[in-house]
Amino acid sequence: MKKAMTGAAMVVQALKDQGVEVVFGYPGGAVLPIYDEIFQQNEIRHVLVRHEQAAVHAAEGYARSTGKVGVCLVTSGPGATNAVTGLTDALMDSIPIVVLTGQVPTFAIGTDAFQEADTVGITRPCTKHNWLVKDTDELSATLHQAFHVALSGRPGPVLVDIPKDVQFADGKYTPKQKVNTSHYQPRQNGDPDTIADLAEAMARAERPVFYTGGGVINSGPRASALLRELAELTGFPVTSTLMGLGAYPASGKQWLGMLGMHGLYEANLAMHGCDLMINIGARFDDRITGRIQSFSPNSVKAHIDIDPSSINKVVRVDMPIIGDVTHVLEQLIAVWKDRGLKPNHEGLAKWWKKIDEWRKVDCLKFDQKGSVIKPQYALKRLEELTKGHDRYITTEVGQHQMWAAQYLNFEDPNRWMTSGGLGTMGYGFPASVGVQMAHPDALVINVAGEASWLMNMQELGTAMQFRLPVKQFILNNERLGMVRQWQELLHGERYSHSWSESLPDFVKLAEAFGAKGIQCSDPADLDDAIMEMINHDGPVVFDCLVEKHENCFPMIPSGEPHNKMLLGQASTKDAIGKKGAVMV
Amino acid sequence: MSPLKIKKGTSRHSAYDLRDPHSDVIESHTLAVVVDNEAGVLARVIGLFSGRGYNIDSLTVAEIDHTGHRSRITIVTRGTPAVIEQIKAQLGRIVPVHEVHDLTVEGPSVERELALFKVAGTGDKRVEALRLADIFRANVVDSTLGSFVFEITGTPEKIDAFAELMRPLGLAEVARTGVAALGRGIVEG
Repeated sequence: MKKAMTGAAMVVQALKDQGVEVVFGYPGGAVLPIYDEIFQQNEIRHVLVRHEQAAVHAAEGYARSTGKVGVCLVTSGPGATNAVTGLTDALMDSIPIVVLTGQVPTFAIGTDAFQEADTVGITRPCTKHNWLVKDTDELSATLHQAFHVALSGRPGPVLVDIPKDVQFADGKYTPKQKVNTSHYQPRQNGDPDTIADLAEAMARAERPVFYTGGGVINSGPRASALLRELAELTGFPVTSTLMGLGAYPASGKQWLGMLGMHGLYEANLAMHGCDLMINIGARFDDRITGRIQSFSPNSVKAHIDIDPSSINKVVRVDMPIIGDVTHVLEQLIAVWKDRGLKPNHEGLAKWWKKIDEWRKVDCLKFDQKGSVIKPQYALKRLEELTKGHDRYITTEVGQHQMWAAQYLNFEDPNRWMTSGGLGTMGYGFPASVGVQMAHPDALVINVAGEASWLMNMQELGTAMQFRLPVKQFILNNERLGMVRQWQELLHGERYSHSWSESLPDFVKLAEAFGAKGIQCSDPADLDDAIMEMINHDGPVVFDCLVEKHENCFPMIPSGEPHNKMLLGQASTKDAIGKKGAVMV
Repeated sequence: MSPLKIKKGTSRHSAYDLRDPHSDVIESHTLAVVVDNEAGVLARVIGLFSGRGYNIDSLTVAEIDHTGHRSRITIVTRGTPAVIEQIKAQLGRIVPVHEVHDLTVEGPSVERELALFKVAGTGDKRVEALRLADIFRANVVDSTLGSFVFEITGTPEKIDAFAELMRPLGLAEVARTGVAALGRGIVEG
């Protein structure tokens, strides 16, 4: 039954009907009626962030670690514009979030009113869809539609802009079940003929590889289970993008490690040399392909993706399969079993022999000597000391992010939250807040660089207020490490503005917020310090002083193919040509 | 030569629609996009083209179903076959988009554009303008002693040709609607 209520009450009712438990937000003039409703109920928890960008990243962390929709509530004008980076981040990484923004009253729209911004106009290119609701009677249906769009098909961020007079006015509430979502129903099952072709090709393949991505995670835990089953059935090697880590367990014997610009030697050479590439929920991002013309030149390529626009966008594929990963893998496994297909054991044995030779290169080896902590060593110890825990990892963006992807092992999906597509510095800390809200008893660690971390360090206040024991593991090299690395390789070692001057004392900074600060600079003290961090019941800022000039390897120089990897410092001289230098 | 042995640039006119997807030839395509007529929908479509660096040669839009609030956007765009495919896929992703038709490849279609031409002149030039307008089946919709406004309907090429002829005869102003297009015959299904 439809019943009358105010727009503001409808917002809270719609969130409850959608099963929302947590909202990340920041109040302001244009959302006061909604905040008033939030004040008068106890079902939905509101987490007060310290900046609207952080609200969106926290919602992303919440969504990625649970598979549910993350929800934000911010005010008009600056509240909305501060959310833009988070929205774009969520769009690039296909994270389902709903952002509710206040707006000036409908009669003031277009008058340059106080805190007015054209929010739907500004966020149109950085949302999957957005709505400006001008009539309270349409508000609840729009909100339910928003959740549907955020989660359906390829997930993504949506935004609902709600003018203040619409929040005050009475209207009819339409329950979730009554909302017509029939038009937007992306296809889930893949084309059976192409799937059958792929199964036959898999049985013939001599040098196959599964190239998996964030789509496997987004499709839900069942997709990861099916991927593991398919890997088991076929014995094919598995590699993954940054976004897909955890879909196949790092301890699995067919695991090659991450691929791409800073991916593992064996993973990239397997991609380069394969005869059948099975892309499952990845999108041939430029961090993966390197030079397109030289990308895996001799392979037949299959691509499973729920978004038709991902097919043939960058790399032309031979077997496009549009559908949800879970559904398509179910279909593929069914065909494989029904037809009694068997992998090409002879070919595979040779392929694995080749891969084992590449593995022997041991591309992640490093030399921890002397009295300075190598960042790789810090992560190796972090992995060793936390691996048994119920652990979630978020990261900021830069060298530390790549090292975390290389040296930390993920056994399950939804355990790894990182800004992949947009590469947003400042993502990790608020994301860790969102993850910890969803998993109060888990060990949530944000692996950070000092420069990224400072971009949203105000969230220490949020962590303290809501008693979120997030661990901020900062690899402090007093540099924008990745920028510095590129300047070394590309710009004649002219380190233009890539050092962190006037850094705070991180221990004192933590203490100023009432949190715990730990500093560690000696490899001999590292284990104890990490244990102290883990065992502290509360937020910790861990200032790990590391080697300042360490570069991140392996590295495929920009503009080069997979088989032109740099494995260490010795190989970097003139590694990047002029053509590569213009690429990012 | 392309893998399909099609001479470059001929694919669009082939009776058998033998398009080579790997071709780097720039083709012109007419797309019909049926959308919910809701606020901002045109901005979404146009924003997609500008944001991703696609071309718009012409664009027309109007509500075609007043009860169902559906609009039809007709876009003439240019690009390689791969880019055209990508444009269609990207359009299909927009939530209020219901249908995307590529009239250029879906079979024969008719394209029409309406234009208004103001031609100012006296004497022989004025007579010649009126005579040519008659040949092009353009109607006079406004007349003064020193000017005509012609209304002409036809393919963009025909309108271009008419504009060329009017230019030396005192062409003062032009307004064009952009292309509206429909597939020929009865729609299957």
